[in-house]
Amino acid sequence: MSFDVDVTRRVGETQVSARFSGSGLVVLFGPSGAGKTSVLNMVAGLLTPERGHVRIGTETLFNAAAIDVPPERRRLGYVFQDSRLFPHLRVRENLLYGHRLAQLEDRWMAYDDVVRLLDIAHLLERWPRGLSGGEARRVAIGRALLSGPRALLLDEPLSFLDRARREEVLHVVERIRDSLKLPILYVTHDEREVERLATQIIEIG
Amino acid sequence: MLSPAELEILLLTLKVGFTAVLVTLPIAFAFAWLLARASFPGKVLLDGLVHLPLVLPPVVTGWMLLLAFGRNGPVGAWLEDWFGMTVMFRWTGAAIAAAVMALPLMVRALRLSIENVDRGLESAARTLGASRSRVFFSVTLPLCGPGVLVASVLGFARSIGEFGATITFVSNVPGQTQTLPLAIYSALQLPGGEGQVLRLAAIAIALSLAALVISEILARRTARGRHVL
Repeated sequence: MSFDVDVTRRVGETQVSARFSGSGLVVLFGPSGAGKTSVLNMVAGLLTPERGHVRIGTETLFNAAAIDVPPERRRLGYVFQDSRLFPHLRVRENLLYGHRLAQLEDRWMAYDDVVRLLDIAHLLERWPRGLSGGEARRVAIGRALLSGPRALLLDEPLSFLDRARREEVLHVVERIRDSLKLPILYVTHDEREVERLATQIIEIG
Repeated sequence: MLSPAELEILLLTLKVGFTAVLVTLPIAFAFAWLLARASFPGKVLLDGLVHLPLVLPPVVTGWMLLLAFGRNGPVGAWLEDWFGMTVMFRWTGAAIAAAVMALPLMVRALRLSIENVDRGLESAARTLGASRSRVFFSVTLPLCGPGVLVASVLGFARSIGEFGATITFVSNVPGQTQTLPLAIYSALQLPGGEGQVLRLAAIAIALSLAALVISEILARRTARGRHVL
């Protein structure tokens, strides 16, 4: 499974464009405000490109001419920079939100395995507002994994975390990359993360 | 304890109040949604029309309802022709008056709660596989829950207190349109009715207080500690 993305769109005053293809962990690297998140949103279907295409594996998700698959049918696990856990649901219900909506054959990861991988068993009965930044981020990653995605979109997953928590989340990302072999689109402006994680680096802006 | 006449007034007031809120809630939500989320020509006009009952003298609102729902009015004639029914001098008319007066307050509360819903959470739900309608029912609506509660309490309080539009529209008929405020007004007209006024006023205070307390308890359950009022 690999990405094949070529998107262009004007966002505010900035002309955002990105063009890349490849598998593994693709890092979108560049300064703040360059439009990295906009690229992720275009891949996820939350923002419509003015032209270009988005393909994952053999399936075309967007093609300016004719195809625009809605976000709920793209099967991309998007972990937002601000986690975006549902405040009215406990951690367990947050994790299962996308899992219950996924087709049975798409649920390639079991709930218990995700809980173990991310070490969040002790958080399951908690409300999102009671979680620390690192805990919320791990729950958000778990929620995305459980929705049966064919690829992950990670938007600055280490931002606002202290050093210990960064290491924790980095570890998880490496495990997803190496053991689960899931293609990952990873947005960051930090060079150390790039060096450690990237299979391919795409500069934006 | 309450006399049979007082009990009748209380039950009628509750019936009018609950009916008005239940009927208005979906309509108010639809208006609030349009005003919060949609952009269309004439939005300012719609905003103004929805809020009109809030600023008009209630007697004018009542008179306009009379024109619309009277036997010769467009809505009244239609109801008569198709269903053989009328709302004139009936409790249903009192509920309509209460609903119209409650609408702007309810729209305001609902609009605020819809505007406060983080659109990012809705996008997150979409990426997790939820269709637009599922996002509405599983994310947007639950997050509007406290707003729906506030709107209902405000609407109910406004409905059971409605006077001007009701008395103009459907008059003051005991057992049909004579809700608490109208009954208090009637008692005030009677020589020696002060005792009756006092008792009815006490019922009104108890009713309003009960509505506030119940809403606060519900809010604590649904919003987990957040205050509604």
